[in-house]
Amino acid sequence: MYERPKLQSLTPSTTPTQDADGLSPLVIRASNLDLTFQTNDGPVHALKDVNLEVNKGDFVSFIGPSGCGKTTFLRCIAGLETPTSGALSVNGMTPDDARRARAYGYVFQAAGLYPWRTIGGNIRLPLEIMGFSKAEMGERIKRVLNLVDLEGFEKKFPWQLSGGMQQRASIARALAFDADILLMDEPFGALDEIVRDHLNEQLLQLWARTEKTIAFVTHSIPEAVYLSTKIVVMSPRPGRISDVIESSLPRDRPLSIRDSAEFIAIANRVRDGLHAGHGQG
Amino acid sequence: MKSFFPVVTVVAAVLLIWIIAVVPMNMHLTADQAQRDGLAVSPDTPIARQDFSGLGLAVHNSHLIPLTYVNVRPRLPSPHQIAIELYDTVIDKKITSKRSLVYHGWVTLAPTLLGFAIGTLLGIMLAVGIVFSRVMDRSVMPWAIVSQTIPILALAPMIIVVMGAAGIQGILPKAVIAAYLSFFPVVVGMVKGLRSPEGMQLDLLRTYHSSNSQGFWKLRLPASTPYLFASLKIGISASLIGTIVAELPTGAKAGFGARMLVGDQYGQPILSWAALFAAAITAAALVGIIGMIERGTLRQMGMKPA
Repeated sequence: MYERPKLQSLTPSTTPTQDADGLSPLVIRASNLDLTFQTNDGPVHALKDVNLEVNKGDFVSFIGPSGCGKTTFLRCIAGLETPTSGALSVNGMTPDDARRARAYGYVFQAAGLYPWRTIGGNIRLPLEIMGFSKAEMGERIKRVLNLVDLEGFEKKFPWQLSGGMQQRASIARALAFDADILLMDEPFGALDEIVRDHLNEQLLQLWARTEKTIAFVTHSIPEAVYLSTKIVVMSPRPGRISDVIESSLPRDRPLSIRDSAEFIAIANRVRDGLHAGHGQG
Repeated sequence: MKSFFPVVTVVAAVLLIWIIAVVPMNMHLTADQAQRDGLAVSPDTPIARQDFSGLGLAVHNSHLIPLTYVNVRPRLPSPHQIAIELYDTVIDKKITSKRSLVYHGWVTLAPTLLGFAIGTLLGIMLAVGIVFSRVMDRSVMPWAIVSQTIPILALAPMIIVVMGAAGIQGILPKAVIAAYLSFFPVVVGMVKGLRSPEGMQLDLLRTYHSSNSQGFWKLRLPASTPYLFASLKIGISASLIGTIVAELPTGAKAGFGARMLVGDQYGQPILSWAALFAAAITAAALVGIIGMIERGTLRQMGMKPA
């Protein structure tokens, strides 16, 4: 099932820099990926013939209607689902080995903070599990709280925070153990648009500061276009990739970029991809 | 404090019904006694009075109504008679006296607490086994349910006799019966609580590559705390009932159960009722104490009661 990456020089450990001309190291590589769920109503073809390469430092969005397999694909990358056939590698390892090596942080749709732990305690959870020293835990909690703009909330309980702040805390929790990859499954899906805009802006700043590779599942076209360097348009039944768009927008993006002709052109291409997928399905 | 007025209202309504019911319930007894004491009663023979209901008799003999509240051996004691008996036996008597309800209360309370501790511990251990082992899930749970369908009144004397034959007497047999009743709610509540974390929370731990025991200590156990307290409140009152039931059929000389039985056997209903009320007040106090521990613990944990 697992296929060793063909170009050894492209493993992330060798070339930490990002080049625009395709020499960036591969972080995620999927080829001919298939996944069929066996359900009581018969088999469901969740992913069909998925091919994708994600470079280090990319911000990749997966967009598509419900049932297109975008979340399933993200869970495959995380090693939470196992593909039926095809090859998938994360940091040059199988997804399961990458999970064991704690290669990624995962942000779920709901913040899912433990109500009996403070914000600091929630961020400490992965650090406790991974066996960090006490001094290092405190230092890391301070650092990631600063990254998500939640200084001073360490001792607060989750119910004392708004939904947007809780989701930021869950992002901090995913950042705390310094994984290179951040997997985000519709993290802002349940938030209102004003909060979402604000968090999108913050996420871009965070991405710029940390140089992480981010895979981001969303329903929203503007969100996908605003955030991504690469937009993967998916369509349902069976779940597959219908278009991959390399964004021509600059990395430094104010919110106002959404009014530019270039942004609208990319958004239109995403919309066309979604429509085409629907037509075939 | 929010529940103060509703509770007082219900208590007042119950008291009112009770006070009214005392008259017809005790009317025949009162009329018989009044006749012996030379008072005018109509109709004037006990046989003829049998044709009347308590209420009917009260209508014909309204002058006897106050006397229905002061019977020495009433069919239904009036609330103030029980209050006086409780005052006498709880506060007036030395607690070393065999007639002190405090003494009898402790005789019942000690096995209740021991049994509750045993039952809770057993319940938690079984629940952990059930949650982590499919075999235990399939085998233990049905038996736990079956165990609660056996009438404890039938089982209690057997346990006492069997343990007595093995030379075990005193507090332990009663504690075993109390534990038998209290482990079940703890098992049910803890199984539900330990299974309460959703798929997403379990997935989150998988992304950290955490071990089963980390998942237990960091997620399942804290998540089950509100469920545990809900079960403990049921468990402690079941424990008290178990101990009293253990005292009833075995000729125990002390304890709430023994007092109830003595009152019944020697025709002193006020005594039985006082013991009953003392037991109810004890149960309420025990549940109240657990409720306070629950509030404190959950506040400490930043959670709200389930």
